[in-house]
Amino acid sequence: METRSIRVRVKRQNGSDAAPYWEEFEIPYKPQHNVISVLMEIRRNPVTRDGKNTTPVVWESSCLEEVCGACTMLVNGHVRQACTALIDKLEQPVTLEPMTKFPVVRDLQVDRTRMFEALKKARAWVPIDGTYDLGPGPRISPQTQEFAYKLSRCMTCGCCLEVCPQYNDTTNFVGAATMAQVVLFNLHPTGEMNKDERLEVMMGNGGIAECGNAQNCVQVCPKEIPLTTAIGELGRQTTVKLIKDLLWR
Amino acid sequence: MADQRMIVVGGGLAGLMTTIKIAEMGVPVDLFSVVPVKRSHSVCAQGGINAAVNWKGEGDTPLVHFDDTIYGGDFLANQPPVKAMCEAAPGIIFLLDRMGVTFNRTPEGLLDFRRFGGTKHHRTAFAGATTGQQLLYALDEQVRRYEAAGLVRKFEIWEFLSAILDGTGTCRGIVAMNQRTMEIQSFLGGGVMLATGGPGIVFGKSTNSMVNTGTAAGAVYQQGAFYANGEFIQVHPTAIPGEDKLRLISESVRGEGGRVWTVKDGKPWYFLEEMYPAYGNLVPRDIATRAIFKVVFEMNLGVNGEPMVYLDVTHIDPHTLERKLGGVLEIYEKFMGDDPKKVPMKIFPGMHYSMGGLWVDYNHMTNIPGLFASGEVDYQYHGANRLGANSLLSCIYSGQIAGPHMVRYGHGSAVNGAAEKAAELEKKRQEDTYTKLRKLNGKENVFVLAKELGEWMTANVTVIRDNDKLRATDNKLLELKERWGNIGLHDQSGWANQELSFIKQLWNMLELARVITLGALQRNESRGAHYKPAFPERDDANFLKTTKARWSSDGPELSYEDVDTSQIKPRPRKYDVDKTAA
Repeated sequence: METRSIRVRVKRQNGSDAAPYWEEFEIPYKPQHNVISVLMEIRRNPVTRDGKNTTPVVWESSCLEEVCGACTMLVNGHVRQACTALIDKLEQPVTLEPMTKFPVVRDLQVDRTRMFEALKKARAWVPIDGTYDLGPGPRISPQTQEFAYKLSRCMTCGCCLEVCPQYNDTTNFVGAATMAQVVLFNLHPTGEMNKDERLEVMMGNGGIAECGNAQNCVQVCPKEIPLTTAIGELGRQTTVKLIKDLLWR
Repeated sequence: MADQRMIVVGGGLAGLMTTIKIAEMGVPVDLFSVVPVKRSHSVCAQGGINAAVNWKGEGDTPLVHFDDTIYGGDFLANQPPVKAMCEAAPGIIFLLDRMGVTFNRTPEGLLDFRRFGGTKHHRTAFAGATTGQQLLYALDEQVRRYEAAGLVRKFEIWEFLSAILDGTGTCRGIVAMNQRTMEIQSFLGGGVMLATGGPGIVFGKSTNSMVNTGTAAGAVYQQGAFYANGEFIQVHPTAIPGEDKLRLISESVRGEGGRVWTVKDGKPWYFLEEMYPAYGNLVPRDIATRAIFKVVFEMNLGVNGEPMVYLDVTHIDPHTLERKLGGVLEIYEKFMGDDPKKVPMKIFPGMHYSMGGLWVDYNHMTNIPGLFASGEVDYQYHGANRLGANSLLSCIYSGQIAGPHMVRYGHGSAVNGAAEKAAELEKKRQEDTYTKLRKLNGKENVFVLAKELGEWMTANVTVIRDNDKLRATDNKLLELKERWGNIGLHDQSGWANQELSFIKQLWNMLELARVITLGALQRNESRGAHYKPAFPERDDANFLKTTKARWSSDGPELSYEDVDTSQIKPRPRKYDVDKTAA
């Protein structure tokens, strides 16, 4: 099919409680457009396809290299980063919607604070003694590093939560992203010293017991993080802890 | 004061390191950022971070690192702070290692190091090809730990508008705007750190993130902070052009053996290797960028006649590529559709980094008492050209020394009536400004003006500079400032109004653009990234000096300050032969 223009349908919403509505835009075709550059083109002339003046679309983006996670949204119904969504590879009209598992701030922008709160709750850090010059860190094998690096590329973008049947506003479930971070910090020789603290959180309300094993998360992760492997490992760690706790009580 | 709070603006590496240092001293911090801090621009850094640990037995030392940095910067950086940074570098890598950064490892389990431009040594520690992201995450985690402990309060999705200056011209806090409720508030603190990054968006398309407008630096410049060496803009030789931005292809690709070539007489021509036999593909960025411009525009040898050349890694073992460069090759494949392991990448230079920034003293305080700056927003460490993998280092180092200095400084300045009065006045001033902005109903579109700004700056104030074109650019900037007053605001909403915020940001960008352009116009020499064919030589007699721009209503007033060259005597900078010893 010969395409001389790019058509986009955007689901808009003026505020968290406002009713959503759709607007359609059309801009001249150019190769190499992605969803972000199309939105940029629209804000330089915010007029809908049927000639109505409107406001520039509100969205969140920063790096545009798929390392910051900011521009996550639903593109043609699939959750992904908008920056790597190349128009030439998308069916038109391209539909853009905000993620559904987080409160909408405005248009395509959502509030993912809950993800960062989960990282806090899970104590997802290596508790170092201080930032003073205390010499090199512990030795780590290249194999361990390679696995840790995969987990550590999580951008807190929320794709895995968007597709998770168990993640919603009626439960406290932390979801795959945070569970994988627990495995990451438990893997580090210093982080491991506080392993039990993290596991206790994961064994409590909103932890691993809420995981329904749907395995959607691993399919959509843009960084191909082995999320189900990590969840499996977390399951093993929590089980071991449970048994130990029973034996040593 | 035990009850005193410090203010840090910016949640990239410099801001987070400053925050950690202050919190570690038991002093509470209010941390402001326009994005959730984990999404800051530091995530874009790919290749690595430098520290001369000599773990490859090449005779590397912090002094060699120091000399490479000064020489790479064409002697424009003040030498004592650069020396201190290079000496601190190994300790910084070890600290990051202890924080759990997933650095690549040797078979023995030690940190691995690779080569980067402008040096002969394996000095760059790295975590795949997403080192900046991994470093940022480590600092983000440490800050989250302090947040959980109640020492850090985060104000994410807040934008810095201005500094609160009291009657004596001392900075007592900030005025900031919540980017959702659009509410303007004042915050008092014992010291204010601006760690707000570079001004890449002034150039429209660059390798920078969308948040790097330079608006905060532009705002305090208009409040009297000096902006130094603004004309020194680094154009990275290897980026991939896009409609929305230029995406960086890391220098580490060449550090791991990548070769740059084009077709000449029907055969591959490895022009960097031929022109610069001593450093080859690992010449500093300004040199490589000019070589690509020469090949493409003077010799008309761009690939298929287009402005691009090849960056080739197809000769390197795929598993090694995956392990050491995975992240960056993945970006290329996602955007360009070709697998760089099989097909040479097509690249072209793109605006990347500002060596210039807010003038600071060696403790990172600007000329406004109480106002500090760290990271890319300061001007301190990179002279006329930054070496690859030194930016992550300077961000962390500058935050590390600035934090404790802020606390020491803050002990003498308690919150009092004068500060509260100044806060009220400044908040009112900002509210009045935004009331006016909301009434803008002219014909211009703010995003169109920004695009024009970027196109002019990229065409005339990047790689090759000509005085007539610089003058024309400044005239264009004056025209844009006038048209700015004729902007029409489409969005009247009082909620998450990005257009309204961008109108203010664009004004600050235009102010910085004039500093950059006029600084370049007045510097009649060639030094590092600043190249004027009409003045092809470095002129130490007249221009071994820091440019200092001071705001006035008639435009920037430029003055020149001597550079501290007390440690290494300036010598000619050449990369076709081995660098002579200091």
